[in-house]
Amino acid sequence: MTTTRKTAAQVIVDIIQQEGVEYIFGLPGGAAIPIFDALVDSPIKLVLTRHEQGATHMADGYARATGKPAVVLVTSGPGATNTITGILTAMMDSIPMVIICGQTVTGSLGLDAFQEADVSGISYPVVKHSYLIKDAEDVPRVVREAFYLSRTGRPGPVLIDVPKDVSSALIEPDYNEEFHLPGYRIPGPGDPDAIEEAARLLQKARRPVILSGHGAVISGADKAVRYLAERLQIPVTNTLLGKGSFPETHLLSLGMLGMHGTAYANKALVECDLIMSVGSRWDDRIVGSYATFCPDAVKIHIDIDPAEFGKTLQMDCVIEGDAKHVVEELSAISQPGDTADWLKQIARWKRDFPLKFRKSGKLRAEHAIDEVYRQTNGEAIVTTDVGQHQMWAAQYYLTDHRFQWISSGGAGTMGFGMPAAIGAQFARPDRTVVAIVGDGGFQMTLPELATAVVHKLPLKIIIINNHYLGMVRQWQNLFYDNRLSGVEMQGNPNFVKLAESYGMKGFRVRRSADVKRIIGAALAYSDGPCLVDVEVEKEDNVFPMIPAGASLRDMILEPPRKPMPKPVGST
Amino acid sequence: MSTAMQKAGGGVSAAFKKHTLSLYVANKPGVLIRVALVFARRGYNVDSLVVSTSADPDFSTMNIVASGDEKVLDQILKQLNKLVDVVHASDRTNDDVIHRELALIKIHCEPDMRGEVLQLAKALDCDTVDLGDSSVTIEITGPTDKLDSVSRVFERYGVLEMIRTGKVLIARGETITA
Repeated sequence: MTTTRKTAAQVIVDIIQQEGVEYIFGLPGGAAIPIFDALVDSPIKLVLTRHEQGATHMADGYARATGKPAVVLVTSGPGATNTITGILTAMMDSIPMVIICGQTVTGSLGLDAFQEADVSGISYPVVKHSYLIKDAEDVPRVVREAFYLSRTGRPGPVLIDVPKDVSSALIEPDYNEEFHLPGYRIPGPGDPDAIEEAARLLQKARRPVILSGHGAVISGADKAVRYLAERLQIPVTNTLLGKGSFPETHLLSLGMLGMHGTAYANKALVECDLIMSVGSRWDDRIVGSYATFCPDAVKIHIDIDPAEFGKTLQMDCVIEGDAKHVVEELSAISQPGDTADWLKQIARWKRDFPLKFRKSGKLRAEHAIDEVYRQTNGEAIVTTDVGQHQMWAAQYYLTDHRFQWISSGGAGTMGFGMPAAIGAQFARPDRTVVAIVGDGGFQMTLPELATAVVHKLPLKIIIINNHYLGMVRQWQNLFYDNRLSGVEMQGNPNFVKLAESYGMKGFRVRRSADVKRIIGAALAYSDGPCLVDVEVEKEDNVFPMIPAGASLRDMILEPPRKPMPKPVGST
Repeated sequence: MSTAMQKAGGGVSAAFKKHTLSLYVANKPGVLIRVALVFARRGYNVDSLVVSTSADPDFSTMNIVASGDEKVLDQILKQLNKLVDVVHASDRTNDDVIHRELALIKIHCEPDMRGEVLQLAKALDCDTVDLGDSSVTIEITGPTDKLDSVSRVFERYGVLEMIRTGKVLIARGETITA
């Protein structure tokens, strides 16, 4: 027998390498030492983070910038529970990620051993799947299954809990063992009858809209969507995560729809007679009120996950399958309808209700973001946190390409932007990566500045600093009689000095007149990371806005004169 | 709400119908929790749940009786089918299946009433499985409504305790259920 026996930890690392993974993001601890030990002899590069949540967001940013699964490696107990926010973030946005956690030895499981937590149990509601390996012989199959599950079908995070005695055990690995996944099914190419029906409906429509979501980005349906839209002359609106699935600079683009979407996208939705979602799950941010959303429009839904059909809205036609394939098939058989009048109407809305901000007077967040957009020619990879700056970035950083826009959509995780930018910069060292973050969210994961500095990553961090948790302040201002509660960011550090103490470059801009110059200097800076503290007008609100749970008809375009009723929808 | 209506509705609300689901799942630790979480997250009450090894020891069958909104149930089935360890999940409420349940009922019974109770048990197709100084325990197998009516018959003597297995079902003929 010539088979070499290896530790299960070495086998884990072997498989990660076979999967084509270049980087592992993580932080060690006692129960994970055997796996970290195996990394010493591996070509895979370990990125040591300062906190496990940072590791998950870096892996997430890496995955979103490449479409490939990314790997997180942490220890048991608190090390593993610190990843939960990042796993939820990945789950909500269908991100391929494999999270490997050390665990106490199998004999101590359930005995409240030091740094023990039932991590697979804790993970159930926020993963695509999870494993607790009790037999080292299962390691090769489970790790291969985990990668397969994370990247196929609707992608998602898969967690593997590895007790220390399991990772230390010597095994004879079989790298070709068959998977045990009888309950796992990847949808086929899409029912031809349903595709034909959709083609018929599209041709009949006079005021159709295509709604392009994250599914279109993930499946690589961008070119197919563009071809279909151009051939049938149908305008396209995209979700927050659908940025990059259709060029936002395209004549047929309506930009982002929903709560803080463009006025013309939302007006088009109110009037449309057909709406076809390509990989969007009709969530509450874009629909507002389920009862009044496009009530008279024919609704078509293309999705790889059948559990999304009819979840929030009744559909007229559903097509289960990969978005790229389905849209290509649809293009092949559909005939253009008459949309000329509709496109004229949309052009009028675009002319009459453009997104706008003032470049003179006090410094506006939109101004800084627009400047970043201009000076990077719209070609940067942009990550964001969550809140006002995120919505302004979505409105003003028009996105034309897939994998270019990286933002926590479903989970709305503050602290996501900067570590995600680190992951994206590792994935794409050739590209300009800009993290647009708020002063609140940035402070949740800011220790990862050290990670960026250590690896000399030339990412640019634009802090939209209004000294508030701005989106909550906006709600309190609009709907709660401006009774501000828990939103003031007293005690913010001096971000420039903070940057310097990490050994990186810091810039500050306070006046509109300086924006162009200082953003330019930051973008030109290439000796490692830099940040720009953008001191913006403190009490600006994001518009347009559709109050949560309200109809798209109730969109407000500017600060209301009268107090508004409290929204019925959540957050 | 009357007692009769509550019974008909099955505890949660009279407006909700009871559904009988059949699941074929991988026989692995944690599967039950994953399935239960889908119900819990949507606020769906599980009335009974039976898990048993199937003919193939790598798989288990789950029979679940649950009551709640029909539209939500449709979503729950999709979410169950999405679980990696669930081979399939379906609603068998209106299907042509044989369903059975077993109950053990402990009835208060002083010696002078014993003859009457035992006779009744026999007439109702029950097996007597235990006799105590002041109790009789019977076993009854059958469809859910039969068990309901038998337990009602003995209520006048005093039911001290009752335990039911929950519903199990199997398709008629050559059709494979799960």
